[in-house]
Amino acid sequence: MLQPRSAPLNPEPYLRLSGIRKEFGTFTALQGVNLDIHKGEFICFLGPSGCGKTTLLRIIAGLEVQSAGTITQAGRDISLLPPAGRDYGIVFQSYALFPNLSVADNVAYGLVNRRQPRAQVRERVTALVKLVGLPGSEAKYPSQLSGGQQQRIALARALATAPGLLLLDEPLSALDALERVRLRQEIRSLQRKLGVTTIMVTHDQEEALSVADRIVVMKHGAIEQVGTPMDVYRDPSSLFVADFVGRINALPARLEGPGRVRIGEQSFECLHQGQAGHEVKLYLRPEDVLARPIANGDSNVFDAEIDKIEFMGSFCLVRVKSASLGEHKLTVYLSLNFLAEQQLEVGGRLPLRLLPERMRVFQ
Amino acid sequence: MSASLSPLLPKVRQRTHWSERIAHLTLFFVLVLLLAFLAAPLLTILLQSVQDASEEYVGLANFISYAQTPALLDSLWNSLWVSGLVTLITLPLAFMFAYALTRSCMRFKPLFRSITLVPLLAPSLLSAISLIYWFGNQGVLKSWLTAAGIDQIYGATGIVLAEVFSVFPHALMILVTALSLADARLYEAADALGTSARRKFFTITLPGAKYGLISAGLVTFTLVITDFGIPKVIGGSFNVLATDVFKLVIGQQDFQRGAVVALLLLTPAFLTFGVDHFIQRKQTAMLSARAVPYKPKPAPVFDGLMTAYCTGTSLLILAVLGMAVFASFATFWPYDLSPSWRHYVMGLVDAEVGVGFVNSLKVAAGTAFFGTALVFVAAYMLEKTKGLDGVRGVVRLLAMLPMAVPGLVLGLGYIFFFNKPGNPLNWMYQSLALMTLATIVHFYTTGHLTAVTALKSLDGEFESVSASLKVPFYTTFWRVTLPICTPALIDIARYFFVNAMTTISAMVFLYSPETKVASIAILNLDEAGETGAAAAMAVLIAIVCATATLLFMWLGWFVNRRTQAWRA
Repeated sequence: MLQPRSAPLNPEPYLRLSGIRKEFGTFTALQGVNLDIHKGEFICFLGPSGCGKTTLLRIIAGLEVQSAGTITQAGRDISLLPPAGRDYGIVFQSYALFPNLSVADNVAYGLVNRRQPRAQVRERVTALVKLVGLPGSEAKYPSQLSGGQQQRIALARALATAPGLLLLDEPLSALDALERVRLRQEIRSLQRKLGVTTIMVTHDQEEALSVADRIVVMKHGAIEQVGTPMDVYRDPSSLFVADFVGRINALPARLEGPGRVRIGEQSFECLHQGQAGHEVKLYLRPEDVLARPIANGDSNVFDAEIDKIEFMGSFCLVRVKSASLGEHKLTVYLSLNFLAEQQLEVGGRLPLRLLPERMRVFQ
Repeated sequence: MSASLSPLLPKVRQRTHWSERIAHLTLFFVLVLLLAFLAAPLLTILLQSVQDASEEYVGLANFISYAQTPALLDSLWNSLWVSGLVTLITLPLAFMFAYALTRSCMRFKPLFRSITLVPLLAPSLLSAISLIYWFGNQGVLKSWLTAAGIDQIYGATGIVLAEVFSVFPHALMILVTALSLADARLYEAADALGTSARRKFFTITLPGAKYGLISAGLVTFTLVITDFGIPKVIGGSFNVLATDVFKLVIGQQDFQRGAVVALLLLTPAFLTFGVDHFIQRKQTAMLSARAVPYKPKPAPVFDGLMTAYCTGTSLLILAVLGMAVFASFATFWPYDLSPSWRHYVMGLVDAEVGVGFVNSLKVAAGTAFFGTALVFVAAYMLEKTKGLDGVRGVVRLLAMLPMAVPGLVLGLGYIFFFNKPGNPLNWMYQSLALMTLATIVHFYTTGHLTAVTALKSLDGEFESVSASLKVPFYTTFWRVTLPICTPALIDIARYFFVNAMTTISAMVFLYSPETKVASIAILNLDEAGETGAAAAMAVLIAIVCATATLLFMWLGWFVNRRTQAWRA
C-alpha cells in the first residue's frame, strides 16, 4: 500500500553551519561548529561568557569573518557575503536605535532605502509599531522610551524588511527583571506569529528554557549539547550542561552493581547499569527529591534533617543533611505550605525520597 | 586538535560590498594627503640633514659641524634651561588654579575660566609685546625690574615671563581635565576612615592627577622650546633653537644645519608624544564608568584663599592683555598717552596689514572648513568602517604624528619639499592653499582626537544595523552620525579657525609678499620698530578670534536647538 507523501524525514535545513572555526590570534573562539537550523525554529545559543556564542552569531551575520567553515542559508552559500549581502534582521543588547531619529524613522530606516511609496512605508511602520505593542509612539524619540520599549522598537526595525532570519544578541540583558520576563514572552509569541527563523544569544538559562524550540549549549567554542529545553534539562549530556542549566545536587557515589548506587552509608535504587565499584558523580535536581507522597515501604527513602532554609517566595530552598548520606548535603525545593503544615524549621526532621528515574550518573 | 591544522587553511576573505569600496577609496585619499603634506616634508628634513648643499650624502657631517659651532650649542643649552624653567614655574601656578576651579566652591568659576582662555585668542607674541610696554626700556615698571637686579627685559627674563603667560592656558586645560576625573567615592571612603585633608591630598588627589601633571609638564616644555614668536620679539641677543632655525634657513640659506636644528626640536616633541601616548592609555583605564564625579563642599577659608589666588592670577593676565590694548591706542609711547587710532591706521593702511588680515581670514576659513571636513571624514572611516587594515594603521599613525611636530619644523619641511624645482607640487609653494594645508596638518591631531572621541561615544552597532537593513554606510553617516556629532564638528572648526589666525611658526617659512598673513605682519612690524602698530594688529587678531569664537558658540547653540532636540 502506498503511503501518503509527506515531508521528507530530514528536510533541507534553512541554515546550515559546517565546520565554523574562529581564531583571534592564538585564541580559538570557535572550534569547528556544525549546526542545522530549520525554518521557523527558535534557537537559543546558551553558555557562559566567553563560550563563543556571540562570535557565532556575529559570524552568521557576517559581522565577523570565520577562519574556516561554510554557512548556507535557504540553499545559498553565504559564507563570503558581506553583511549587506545577507538576509537577516538583528537586535543588539544596546538597542542601537538611532537617537536623533524618531521611532517612525527608525523603524522605516531599512524601508526608505527600497524606494517604496511614502504612504506604503507609513502604513508598514504603523503596523509594525502596533505589532510590538507600542501604537502611537511613532513621533517619539528613543530617549523618551524605557529600555524595554526601545528594544521593542529595535525589534520592529529588524522585522521591517521581513528578513528570513532574526538574530537577537542578548536582547534582554540590559533590561530589569520584570521587563525581561514580559518581553521574552512577547518575542516568543511574535516569532510564532510571523514564523521567522530566530536565533537568540543568551547567558540566562531560564530565558533559554522558556522561549527556545531548541537550545544549543556551548562551552569553550564548541557545542556541548543541542536539544529541546526539556531534553537539555532532563537529559543533560554532560556534567557541564547539567550544572549550567538549572540547579543541581552533585553527590559523589559508588556503583554497587546494576541498578544500585551507594551514597554515604545508604544504598539507593537507580537506572544506571554500571559495573560495581566505580566511583561516580550522581546528579539530582532539587525537584527530584520528593517530600511527598511517601508511603511506608517505599524504596529510596532516607531520613533528613533540615540544615538551612532559604525563603524564595512560594517555595523554599531547603538544605538537608542526613546521617545516612554522610557529610553530603542536599538541596531540595519544599513548598511554603508544606513547611507550614508540617511545622518544619531548621533542625526539623522529615523523610525524603530520591526518584530513581531522575538520577543521572556520570562516570 | 585541529589548531595545528589551521595555519594550512587558506584565509577566508569576505567579499567586499560596493559601498565599502567607497569607504576604502576615501581612506586611500586621506592616506595620500597625509603622505604628501606630512610624511614627505618630514622625510625631506631627515634627508637634508645627511646631505650637503649639492645633495650629496655626507653622513653625520652636518651634525658634527653643528656640534663644533659654539654659538649654536649655546642656543641648545639656552632653549633647554629656559623651557625647563618655564615648566617649573607654570606647573604649580596652573595646578593651583585648576585645583581652585575643580575642588573648591569659590564663586565666579566661569569668569575665571574664561579669563584664562583669553591668551589663546591672540598670537603668543602678544605677551612679549605687552611685557616690553611694562618692563622695556621705556616701560612703566622698568624701575621694578632694576630694583630686582635685572638689567633689562630683553633676553631670558622676558622670554620666561612671556612664555609662562602664553602656555599657562594650555597647562591649565590639561590639569582641569585631570583633576575633574576624580572619583567621589574615594574621598567618601577616606572620610569614613577619618583621613586628614593633607593625607587625602597626597594619597588621592596628587596620584590621581599624576598623569595630568606629567602630560601638562611635557606639553609646556615642548610648546616653549618650539615657540618662535616670543624669543623673536623679546629675546634680544639671547639665542634659542627656534630663532636659530629661522636665521640659518632664511638668513643664511644654510638648509643643512637648519635641518639639524629642526631634528633637535623634533626630539622633545617626539618624547612628549611617546610619553603622552603611553600615559593616556593608563589614564583612561584609571577611571571606571561607574565612578561618581567629585563635588566639592563649601569651606569658607579654603574657598576664600582660592578666590584670592585666582583673582590675583586673573588680574595679572588682564594686566598683560590690557597693556597691549592700552599701548595700541597710545598716540606716542611714552610721551603722549592720549588715545588715537594712529597705530591701527599705520598698521592696516601704511603697512598694508589689511591685506594680511584678508589673507588670514581666507586661511582660517579654509582651515576651519576643509580641515573639519577632512578630519571628521577620516576619523569616521577609521572608526566606523572595516577592511584595508594596512592603510588604516598608517593613517591612524599619521593622524597622531602632527602632535609631535612643531610648526616650525613642519614649515621647514614644507620649504625643503615644495620648494624643490623637481616637485610637481612646486606651484603650490607660497600659495594660500599650501599655507591652509600646512595649518590643517599642523593642528590635525587635536581635531582628530575630538572627532574620534565623539565617534567613539556612538553605539558601535549603528553600522552593523545599517548593513543588515541594506542601507549603505554613507546614508547612515549623513542621516545619523553627522547630525549627532555637530557639536563636536563646531568645536573642531572653532579650534582650527582660532589657531589658523594666531599661528606663526609654520607660516613664517611659507609666505610670499602677496600671501603674508596678519600674524606674520605683526612680527615684521615689530622688527621694523613699530611696536605700537604690532600691538594694535595683535589686538585686532584677538578681537577677530573672540568674535569668531562667539559666532561659533552661537552657531553651536542654534544647531543644537535644531538638531539635538532628541537629547532628553
